[in-house]
Amino acid sequence: MADTPMLELRDAARYFDVSRPLLQRVIAGEGKRLLRAVDGVSLAATRGRTLSLVGESGCGKSTVARLAVGLYRPSAGQVMFDGRDLAEARAASDQRRRMQMIFQDPYASLNPRWRVRDIIAEPIRAFGLLPDRAAQEARVAELLTQVGLSPLDGHKFPHEFSGGQRQRISIARALSSNPEFLVCDEPTSALDVSVQAQILNLMKELQSRMGLTYLFISHNLAVVRQVSDQIGVMYLGRIAELAPAESLFRRPRHPYTRALMEAIPDLDMTGRARIPVGGEVPSPINPPTGCAFHPRCPLAGPRCKAERPELKPAGDAMVACHAVEEGRD
Amino acid sequence: MAAQNPLLEVRHLRVEFPTRRGTLVALDDVSFTISAGEVLGVVGESGAGKSMTGAAIIGLLEPPGRIAAGEILLDGRRIDNLRYEDMRRIRGKDIGAIFQDPLTTLNPLYTVGRQLAETMTTHLPITPAEARKRAIGWLDLVGIPAAAQRIDSYPHEFSGGMRQRVVIALALCAEPRLIVADEPTTALDVSIQAQIIALLKSLAREKGTAMMLVTHDMGVIAETADRVAVMYAGRIAEIGPVRNVVKQAIHPYTVGLMGSIPPLDRRVERLAQIDGAMPRLSAIPKGCAYNPRCPKAFARCTEDRPDLLPAGATQAACWLYAGEGKTNG
Repeated sequence: MADTPMLELRDAARYFDVSRPLLQRVIAGEGKRLLRAVDGVSLAATRGRTLSLVGESGCGKSTVARLAVGLYRPSAGQVMFDGRDLAEARAASDQRRRMQMIFQDPYASLNPRWRVRDIIAEPIRAFGLLPDRAAQEARVAELLTQVGLSPLDGHKFPHEFSGGQRQRISIARALSSNPEFLVCDEPTSALDVSVQAQILNLMKELQSRMGLTYLFISHNLAVVRQVSDQIGVMYLGRIAELAPAESLFRRPRHPYTRALMEAIPDLDMTGRARIPVGGEVPSPINPPTGCAFHPRCPLAGPRCKAERPELKPAGDAMVACHAVEEGRD
Repeated sequence: MAAQNPLLEVRHLRVEFPTRRGTLVALDDVSFTISAGEVLGVVGESGAGKSMTGAAIIGLLEPPGRIAAGEILLDGRRIDNLRYEDMRRIRGKDIGAIFQDPLTTLNPLYTVGRQLAETMTTHLPITPAEARKRAIGWLDLVGIPAAAQRIDSYPHEFSGGMRQRVVIALALCAEPRLIVADEPTTALDVSIQAQIIALLKSLAREKGTAMMLVTHDMGVIAETADRVAVMYAGRIAEIGPVRNVVKQAIHPYTVGLMGSIPPLDRRVERLAQIDGAMPRLSAIPKGCAYNPRCPKAFARCTEDRPDLLPAGATQAACWLYAGEGKTNG
């Protein structure tokens, strides 16, 4: 499909002002402080496919998720939804209903005082999709069945469900406005692994049945491998590597991608000694110069300290690394 | 590997929670041992009772929870029936604890040096000056850079990974013989998690410290533990050497649990999933608690509750293996 991507970020950035109050700033004689949560990210989510973003806490992946559904406006650059500027698209409710979000914590994202059927029907009512009450009820029952719950569960409250079942309710609610694009921010991180498998299977099934486009955010590389068509690895607000899923795992190119894969505990018990990456993720308020990964990178050279690498093609991937570009990897 | 006299012995432990609607049994007939220098991994899904087991051992069960039956022996001496003050002396000196969230373990009002020194002077016959010197040594040992300067920092001045290192130093500094670590790496990013696991493992080896490692992460267990106990609905479903449990699980629940872990090295179309969810404590099924979800359940499973029986190289609480211990010897 060579048509317009469902979602496109063009050099998008999101800064947060974390300065101290004006008076204190004046007294201490300091300037404004900006946290660059997302700092120049370009990517495109193809229709009907899954684009995943992975990275450690503070890398900006959740901020990208929020930019993608318009919960944040970009401080710079553009976010395009189906070829239109997102802010403009969101002004029209028939566009807004096409995108939905699933959050990490199914305990916090459902209103405890609402019955499940009202939670699921809310988008239908808000967008005025089905004016007839009977039709709404039928649709809610259908959605509950689609996500593997019983239509009879509709009259219950969220607290009567387990974590996995609540996440199914979140998915049913997200699907109720017939969206084409779902942003899933760590949808299984709060769940046990056996339940995680249920939810991942369900999401894949729904995607193939309804042709949904997913932007999938996770810190778990193994989970990402199971669901993605394309993967972006983020570090400190920027994309380090963007590659087709299989290619990323077969041949990780960026030193940070390799370090991440190296860090995952080995279930095969080969007895292989792991070499953990040293150090920690630096603060995005005061990121290192040049390539943000250079203080932890085994391949870092003088150029990495001075010059910020841009994403450049390397094989079928895009990699932001001087060492890879120079063939030093 | 296992010495003749186990350091920790838990016998038929039963923990109950009296509630208005009757008594809930959170742990039921849990028995295991840990020898000096051995790491016992305890895995299971939320609510299986793994943290509860740890809390019972360190004598920090949340009221109204109480030990209703069974005993806990440390080095042959009963510790489950001690008075609060006596248990307090054992905690820290003989048993160290590491919890998931380092912020709740550390006192935010004291410098880390003071907390370390105080722990040591309370439990070891040393002077404050000596304690301070050793505190620097411990911070150094757990990998905190510039330990001599950081010792006078407050917990909030450390990052998450560094804070968890401080907690580990705090748990180890009185040189306990047993460490109960409850999800010590769950709140950390993978790259930091790898560093912490490597650290815990090497310290346990070097100092001959026994460790009970509670986690839901099978990967962490596979890398760290010598033996594993798999818990389900307040009981041990299977216990045995880590290699056998991870590679040739016997109990259908362990098999399901292992199968639902997304593999990192390949993509599977559909993850194996265990349907349903773990029962609530108020509604534990008759017979084997796993029988409603078990693909291999037969008549006996819904009637009688299985106890741990030898099955291959491990012990499993499953009727499929009843009698095998005798035939296979």
